[in-house]
Amino acid sequence: MMKNKPDEEDYWNSSKFKAFTFDDEDDEFSRLKESKQAVNSIRSLVEEEDDEDEVEKVSWSGEPVGSISWSVRETAASNQKTQREHAFPKINASSPSVSRSHSGYSLSSLFKGDDWSPEETIHRMQQGKVVSLERFRSLQDKLLLLDFSVRAHDGNIITAVILFTLTSIIRVLFRELESRQTALRHFIHYLTEIRDHRLLLELLSKRRDFLKSCLNLPFSPEESAHVQDHYTLLERQIIIEATDRLAEHAGKVEIFQKFPRRASILNMPLITTLYYCCFYHYNEPEGTYSSPLNIRHTFRISEKQYFVTVLAARAKLKAWSDLDALFTSRNWLGFTKKKSPLSFHRVVDILQKNSAPTQVLQEYVGLVDDADLRIGLAQKHKCHDIVINTYRDLKDRQLLLGYRGKVERGSAEERKINDLLDSPVRKRRNYDHHHHYQHVT
Amino acid sequence: MAHSGRRDSPELPDFSLLKRLARDQLIYLLEQLPGKKDLFIEADLMSPLDRIANVSTLKQHEVDKLYKVEYKPIISTSDQVCFLIRPRIQTVKWICDVANADKAAGKFRRYKIIFTPQKFYACEAVLEEQGLFGDVTTDEWAFYLLPLDDDIISLELPEFFRDNFLAGDQRWVRTVGSALHLLHSIYGPFSKIYGIGRCAKMAYESWKEQVEEGDTKARQAEIGNAFLIDRDVDYITPLCSQVVYEGLVDDIFRIKCGCVEFGHDVTSSDKSVKVMLNSQDKVFSEIRNEHFSNVFSFLSQKARNLQTAYDKRRGMDIKQMKTFVSEELKGLKQEHRLLSLHIGACESIMKKKTKQDFQELLKTEHSLLEGFEIRECISFIEEHINRQVSMIESLRLLCLLSITENGLLPKDFRALKAQYLQSYGVDHLLTFANLRQLGLLVEQQPGETLTVMESKVGKLVNDKTAGKLTDAFSSLAKKSHFRALSRKLNLVPKSDEEYDLRVPRDMAYIFSGAYIPLSCKLIEQVLERDSWTGLEEVTKLLNGHEFAFTGSNGADLRAKSDAQRIILVMFLGGCTFSEISALRFLGRERGYKFIVVTTAITNSSRLIEALLGNKV
Repeated sequence: MMKNKPDEEDYWNSSKFKAFTFDDEDDEFSRLKESKQAVNSIRSLVEEEDDEDEVEKVSWSGEPVGSISWSVRETAASNQKTQREHAFPKINASSPSVSRSHSGYSLSSLFKGDDWSPEETIHRMQQGKVVSLERFRSLQDKLLLLDFSVRAHDGNIITAVILFTLTSIIRVLFRELESRQTALRHFIHYLTEIRDHRLLLELLSKRRDFLKSCLNLPFSPEESAHVQDHYTLLERQIIIEATDRLAEHAGKVEIFQKFPRRASILNMPLITTLYYCCFYHYNEPEGTYSSPLNIRHTFRISEKQYFVTVLAARAKLKAWSDLDALFTSRNWLGFTKKKSPLSFHRVVDILQKNSAPTQVLQEYVGLVDDADLRIGLAQKHKCHDIVINTYRDLKDRQLLLGYRGKVERGSAEERKINDLLDSPVRKRRNYDHHHHYQHVT
Repeated sequence: MAHSGRRDSPELPDFSLLKRLARDQLIYLLEQLPGKKDLFIEADLMSPLDRIANVSTLKQHEVDKLYKVEYKPIISTSDQVCFLIRPRIQTVKWICDVANADKAAGKFRRYKIIFTPQKFYACEAVLEEQGLFGDVTTDEWAFYLLPLDDDIISLELPEFFRDNFLAGDQRWVRTVGSALHLLHSIYGPFSKIYGIGRCAKMAYESWKEQVEEGDTKARQAEIGNAFLIDRDVDYITPLCSQVVYEGLVDDIFRIKCGCVEFGHDVTSSDKSVKVMLNSQDKVFSEIRNEHFSNVFSFLSQKARNLQTAYDKRRGMDIKQMKTFVSEELKGLKQEHRLLSLHIGACESIMKKKTKQDFQELLKTEHSLLEGFEIRECISFIEEHINRQVSMIESLRLLCLLSITENGLLPKDFRALKAQYLQSYGVDHLLTFANLRQLGLLVEQQPGETLTVMESKVGKLVNDKTAGKLTDAFSSLAKKSHFRALSRKLNLVPKSDEEYDLRVPRDMAYIFSGAYIPLSCKLIEQVLERDSWTGLEEVTKLLNGHEFAFTGSNGADLRAKSDAQRIILVMFLGGCTFSEISALRFLGRERGYKFIVVTTAITNSSRLIEALLGNKV
């Protein structure tokens, strides 16, 4: 049945386990057919062996049908056929010998006559022709072969030469590869791909300088410090996770009831862990493992990083008073001032993304140093007071008039603007916009 | 839209032939396996296969059921199974597991692996090792090149980048040489080949060898010149945010094999749609190369025109209406559908970009390119990391910072790295090792050591006999000289001049007028000079490996045909849609037509993701 186009597309897009069938055959029928085929397959496999060889024109060995090499293979295959007929169905026993006959690089027994030079051999391998690598038995020959493969810039062949001629002399291989970087990198990539960690480690244990450039493993002391930190973090996470899971199950701690944990904290990055602790354990004394302050000190977290994380976590909980305390610092005279290692316009941005109320936004917008940026933010977040006060300070009637159109009719803001517009021109006051937010406690 | 430039650009060759060739070969291979068979297809081959054949083609050649390779036990009941896969050891291992499980269950089937685009010895060795060689037979499907559009051909080998540049594995060099050979034998002979990069040089040599092996027939060339370029010659360009429509769509929605899936936020229904993005799409083809800021006005103009066209039917008599319906309506409906999709896509892009402060991000990128207010840039990146915004974006910015600044100061490097690991996980130590190896993110060496080292390395690079040693130092040699390059090639236009994005004056328009892509600038310069002469200082800064060769039959064909103005550009390790747009612009200006051949389409996320070490 021809399916129409949309159906085909649908098919390709889905990756369901169940397969698409062209013919909706009856289940029973197909099962019957299946068992029949299973029975027949033993015979057909044997019989079709010849046919397949004959039509397999685009193959590794690439020999045209009817050529000498083809007929040699033909004979070999028919010999094996007789062997296999006895062996069937014990396919395990016979398959290695069968495989030999197809393998382009282990046919030496059939091609004793060829005496290609190393260079020619590499060339023939590139063309997918049959070669015999077992002929190259001396180390010098093997290395010559390797060097020619590197010169041919063909990674497929480089790996093949290492694999088929050199792994038999693995100790020597390590030594010889040191001076052959390209080949070494192919070998390492191959080991990575087949996931042979034993050999990789052996290579690694040599810890030679040149290896550092091609192995993706950290070596420097600075990097081991990161790994050490990670270990400490994991220990922490295990303790915190165990305690919190209990607390959550017991149902006695309010925050876990209100904001159930979405995932385990295990294996999370440090900052995610800090965020988690700012969220669930913010007010704990510094002595506990889960106290944000403790984490900050243990892992030498920068002030800015710490502020950003606390800000994000407490804003998420809408704990605005915590933020107030976070940003407030007191000088020696007892005056307090809002300070932040993060620029205040960034703070506003984070607050706004956590849908902070205008009242809160207003406070932080007011702390933005740059006047243009401040006005822009104030307008964006509808912090009318700031806009109005700034225009008042600029003594710009036009701007005030314009802004009156933007505030709600009959609101306190509109009245404020009207008052300002009505009041007689005042002398410019020396008005420091920072001063406005400083309060004495 | 209005573009100046020459009108007489030559016609592009017909690349649909490549699809036909691939299809015919696949059919031939399937016919080698008579009788019903189930076909298992590797996931990343599904879309390419879809572009050249369909289910009924496969069905006609007795493919019964189709499955995706999922590395799970198979449930096929067929007594013949065929696997269409990339030559990867892990996939072959899985097939061995399948065959061995069948054996254990006493089930007998025939297995055939079709490797594409070629086999590797290492894959066959797995079969031999598992005692399955012969029980599992293998074949090659030489599907090298997939035309994605009139002027884009892809090898669809994204792993080329990591294998070649990170692992130093040259397995794909011959593949690239063969792909070039295929193009050369159908559309050549090329009269000149230029190139830059180690891999480009090797691919050139592999190609040349293959040309010498085969017999070439004299034919009329359809492609005149070729230019091969390694991705590591220019990492800056693919790391920049794309702002040309097609690139932006790729950055946000990820175009896969010339096709994009628009979700419900674009279609404003609960369904998502898959759309082919190519020159067949009349709306898309007009906006794909435009700076995003122009796209809106274009689309709204188009919408107005459409309205007028629809309105025409008012006051028509029956006969006119009939003609309208039969001749125009279908086209209008089609256009309507495309318009609403692209308008939807634009809206969605705007929403996403506003949310992530795109403007500020672009400002940072441009400052880095200009070498201006670097401290502010660093603190922007730092905040990005602190806020755990995006793992990939943070790395992208760090790499841009490192390449443009020729490495980070040790103090900055350590601080940023530590914060990165704290924010995104310590397993990224491996990512950092990868990035360092490629020279994408490095720590500045103390001044003097560097110059000594540099001159040593420089000497080695020029010394042919020291080839082996050059390899050992290649990571050191890959020192970035972006500032010097930028000055010599005028990559960053003066920022005080107004840049009208509607009427672009150079390729910088693809980055809002802030930067001319280095890769494309090199191509422009070499084509202009018809050689590398005069660019010696530039190539030295790019670590050499440039070449230019004249074909054997190039001389007599020169200047005779249009083919001389058809230029094939091959990117080894991927190219971005922005680069393609830039080349199209250059083509329009100079009367060339560029054909972009790439190992895969890439962008900043794909490039960085290929180097992540946290998942290994």
